[in-house]
Amino acid sequence: MAAVATTQHDHAHVATHDAAHAHDHAHHSVSFIRKYIFSTDHKTIAKQFLSTSMFFLLVGGAFALFIRWQLAYPGEPIPLVGKWLPDTLVSNGAVQPGFYTQLVTMHATIMIFFVIIPMATGAFANFCIPLMIGTDDMAMPTVNMVSFWLVPIAGLTIMSGFFVEGGTAAAGWTNYPPLSASGTGHTLWVIGVFLVGFSSILGGMNYLATTLNKRAKGMRMFDMPLTVWALFITSILQVLGTPVLASAVSLLFVDQVFHAGIFIPENLLTSTGGLFPNGANVGAGGGGQPVLFQHLFWFYSHPAVYIMILPIMGVVSDILATFARKAIFGYKAMVFALMAIAFLGFVVWGHHMFLSGMSPLLGTTFMLSTIVIAVPSSIKIFNWLGTIWKGNIHFATPNLNALGFISTFVCGGLSGIFMAIGPIDVYIHDTYFIVAHIHYVLFGGALFGIFAGVYYWYPKMFGKMYNETLGKFHFFLTFITFNLCFFPMHMIGVGGHMRRIHDPYVYEFLKPFQPINQFITIFAILMGFSQLILIFNLLWSLKFGRTAPRNPWRANSLEWAAPAHPGHGNFDRDITVYRGPYEFASPQSKRDYLPQWIRPAHVDAEQEATVVGKH
Amino acid sequence: MSSALSLAHEPVTGIRHGKLGMWIFLASEVMFFSGFFTAFIILRNTNLPVFAHGASELNWPLAALNTVNLIVSSLTMAMAILSLEHGNKSRFQLYMGITFLCACGFLVIKYIEYTAKFSHGIYPGTSSFFGMYFTMTGFHAIHVIGGMIPIGWMLAKSFTKRGYQDWERVEILGLYWHFVDLVWIFLFPVLYLIF
Ligand code: HEM
Ligand SMILES: [Cu+2]
Repeated sequence: MAAVATTQHDHAHVATHDAAHAHDHAHHSVSFIRKYIFSTDHKTIAKQFLSTSMFFLLVGGAFALFIRWQLAYPGEPIPLVGKWLPDTLVSNGAVQPGFYTQLVTMHATIMIFFVIIPMATGAFANFCIPLMIGTDDMAMPTVNMVSFWLVPIAGLTIMSGFFVEGGTAAAGWTNYPPLSASGTGHTLWVIGVFLVGFSSILGGMNYLATTLNKRAKGMRMFDMPLTVWALFITSILQVLGTPVLASAVSLLFVDQVFHAGIFIPENLLTSTGGLFPNGANVGAGGGGQPVLFQHLFWFYSHPAVYIMILPIMGVVSDILATFARKAIFGYKAMVFALMAIAFLGFVVWGHHMFLSGMSPLLGTTFMLSTIVIAVPSSIKIFNWLGTIWKGNIHFATPNLNALGFISTFVCGGLSGIFMAIGPIDVYIHDTYFIVAHIHYVLFGGALFGIFAGVYYWYPKMFGKMYNETLGKFHFFLTFITFNLCFFPMHMIGVGGHMRRIHDPYVYEFLKPFQPINQFITIFAILMGFSQLILIFNLLWSLKFGRTAPRNPWRANSLEWAAPAHPGHGNFDRDITVYRGPYEFASPQSKRDYLPQWIRPAHVDAEQEATVVGKH
Repeated sequence: MSSALSLAHEPVTGIRHGKLGMWIFLASEVMFFSGFFTAFIILRNTNLPVFAHGASELNWPLAALNTVNLIVSSLTMAMAILSLEHGNKSRFQLYMGITFLCACGFLVIKYIEYTAKFSHGIYPGTSSFFGMYFTMTGFHAIHVIGGMIPIGWMLAKSFTKRGYQDWERVEILGLYWHFVDLVWIFLFPVLYLIF
């Protein structure tokens, strides 16, 4: 221990560390359950979030491949698994229309609520915030534990829909009523989303309190790395946006169970008469407003897309600066741009509803506010480019993924601008153009950023290095197949190919798109299976990876001051912050980096002690 | 744990973690109920007769009684915090007890109101007004119950040998309790008084 505690100038101090740790170990005969299952340690919770989301990523990915198979080869049995599925879902092994709508719904629900949000906030906020602000744990560790455990419970609730009569939710992840206003599957969806939303609120609350209250000595808000800033601002969105989704789904629940006519319009007739037991006319007591649900839903769900992307923007900023060995370009501008995006995110929700029936004047305001978001977004893009400009760029796996993020995110942002223009959106709304957009921002943007972050912090999370060759291989394979899979969707979208359609070829004008769909499907399958490389790499390196040094990337932020595989309490040294997190190529140091925790008077001696390679 | 390390220092903002967390949570709660109020306004404007008729069927004197009930409980909650801060245990038990009783009284009256509606064949599905009414008051009642659990726990604890001293925790609970009261202050006129 003493060898690790590098503040050798003060031996008495080091001795107290030892005593503290001895004491620690005596105390630490915590049961297996408290340590690994109902743990309150932020690092364990981060790993729980990460592994749960990885599991859901595989499930959601499998659903996506079923969808792609149906679009490429409609009516043909799903290879390998088709014959195992029950007849309610498939006929002769081929996806039935009802199953198809369930698949698109569950794919998006899982990916958004159970993969990207828990990874971007749950995993990264939990792992990074306490370490990067130099503290021992979250402000409210028990709340943190509850926030994780709600996720698997919610996931099981939603997935159990597959086993109830009528099947699971099938109205799209946006779950608009009246389609979603009946059926047990939709009720389970509502309960699950309520629970996962509660998890998000509890998490956000904790991240905010921790960032405000537990920063290390000397660390001002503007000394925080952009990852922490981004997570902080994201948490505000979680805390203020998610409850509105909760009230929307609560009201939907009342409509589902009691047919109250909150969202169900008056005199609603359905073709089957099956939606409401009496065939029709539930609205005797006043007509509901289906569009009201859309407003409430998007009031949350537009900010939610920023919940999914802002943390990633922070992560990418840190990674780019570290691997370009340059200070982030325009640190404060980056922070203010994050704030501006978050704020504007609350006033643009109507751009999802241009075709839902809205006053054209209102549509125009939403159009303008949406386009304005391009300004802070571009500030970020230009500052990232400014950061790597003439940098000493190292193409390690985290950095490759970060660069992949920028390029695909720009592409997705540009298609966003198209759709933000009302008159253009009238044409491309609900087509594959939208599908291309969401995958460029969510897969290309958020998921590449998540990969970058996972590779970047893997050494600190598990104390091992991942395999660089496999990492690069995974990146290039994913990047190429990703673009070949999703880029053509822009084209078929503009050609009129609608989203969420079981068999597009019932329309004559879509028949020529079948070869393109087959092309897309082939690369979707390749992309899906490429992720096995990632999983293999992460698991294999746990056991066989090289032992990680304390600061493998020669980065400046506080998490690298902690031992290579930090235990309970995180740090083995006192942390005081003397400077911002981006002091690369500082004239004060012989090296090309100057960590936040090194005391100005001791730069060379202390840095020597934590140099790369030592644990 | 690592007591020798000075990582765990005083909260930077000077506000205790739990209290800060509670304020953030309450901000979230405000948004939660705002969602309901928004829906209420929109539905009311498009279904005026239904809403006017629905509101006229509610028992406003009982609700007014409940308003007084909650305001009193908010007051006694504040007194309970003060008493505990000054170390006056029996006063704390008295005021906390009254708070708890008021909360029970609130739920009893709510129960009377609900059962009266059910016996007239009025359910959440009766009209969009009653859909909103039962959702909003139902969630509020859940919040009342959510407050009674820690109130009861602290009260019970203070009767044990070790007693209960953490007045700051009671203060945090008080924040929540005042919020629950405040929500009712909005619910009462909106649901019962405008028709
Ligand atoms: C410059 C930035 C952006 C602009 C201008 C923009 C604009 C839009 C517009 C106008 C739509 C509605 C299209 C329609 O349904 O007709 C849309 C949909 C969508 N956007 Fe974006 N967007 C931007 C960035 C993002 C980001 C960063 C994300 C997520 C990380 C995102 C996720 C989505 C999703 C998930 C949908 C589809 C929702 C659905 O299922 O209908 N967008 N975007
Ligand atoms: Cu949006």
